[in-house]
Amino acid sequence: MATAPNAHSSCPPPLIRSSIRRGIAAAIVVCAFFGVGSVHASDSLINHRAPVFSLPGLDHTRINLAHYRGKVVLLNFWATWCAPCRIEMPRFAEWQNRYGLHGFQVIAISIDDDDPPVRAFVRKLHLNYPVAMGTAHLGERYGGVLGVPVTFLIDRNGIVRSRFDGESDLHAVEAEVRKLLERKEP
Amino acid sequence: MTKFHLRTFLSNSFTRRTLLAVVLMALSSALLCAQSASTIPAGVLVQPDALHSELLVNPHATLILQVGSRMLFDEAHIPGAEYAGPASTPAGLGVLRTRVNSLSRAASIVLYCGCCPWSHCPNIAPAWNLLHDMGFSSVRVLYIANNFGTDWVAHGYGAERSQ
Repeated sequence: MATAPNAHSSCPPPLIRSSIRRGIAAAIVVCAFFGVGSVHASDSLINHRAPVFSLPGLDHTRINLAHYRGKVVLLNFWATWCAPCRIEMPRFAEWQNRYGLHGFQVIAISIDDDDPPVRAFVRKLHLNYPVAMGTAHLGERYGGVLGVPVTFLIDRNGIVRSRFDGESDLHAVEAEVRKLLERKEP
Repeated sequence: MTKFHLRTFLSNSFTRRTLLAVVLMALSSALLCAQSASTIPAGVLVQPDALHSELLVNPHATLILQVGSRMLFDEAHIPGAEYAGPASTPAGLGVLRTRVNSLSRAASIVLYCGCCPWSHCPNIAPAWNLLHDMGFSSVRVLYIANNFGTDWVAHGYGAERSQ
């Protein structure tokens, strides 16, 4: 004779049920922690087209990356309170003088919260290249700028060729700039 | 034998200016050293993997404050963290002081920055010093060796952007 199935026969024993409950709770916590709006380690932009942007410069002219197509662009994210940045920037200004006529352009994006200290710093160093205030959106589009300095080298075709994070070997950066400048074709 | 006369020595204006410069340099060096991340006691540092594990178990037990750049915070921060900086400026320290002023001095707080390599960070030591001077007894500091991207996000510890 067939017997009525036990109403509890398909349920796991209490110990397993509590483990499942704990597992679900842990999964919810993990999902909440990594969930909507989460940020992940960036994919590399190397050998991909540089995200274009148009930002107001500190001198009130617009800085539009597209306008620099045909030039080798050194795009530097920095801050006034960043010690390695303060070491790099006078060198970038030197390179702007040395290689500018060969198609080299430095563009600086500050991640300072406010622009007055940036303006003062630019005046003090007599920087000879355009500077704009950055946004979180721009940092995200560049694969995550989650610390400074970060420097990108973009070739004459608008393709990102290098990314340098933190204190860089400036000799290596300059060698890369020279290599890109030698490629004349747009 | 020639006697050394302090009064004569100090009456020379060049000597006075030189001494003043030396004293000012020493004072500014001392001030900079006092604000260096290396002055934070090792016992209050928490490593990223340890904090990550702690947050997985109990994500709301600790108030997490980012005391660095607003742009970096908006781009990515530890889930649940609040912005309270930059602590290298008087205005930023004011934001931090206002945020914590009404809290119990026993509140569990973690400070972090991650703007740049630990030894160069201008924000974390002033933030720690402020909370220490205010009498907070359970403040820890997240040790970020390089920057937030490298030492937290790239490890998959979880981060969120500002809405």
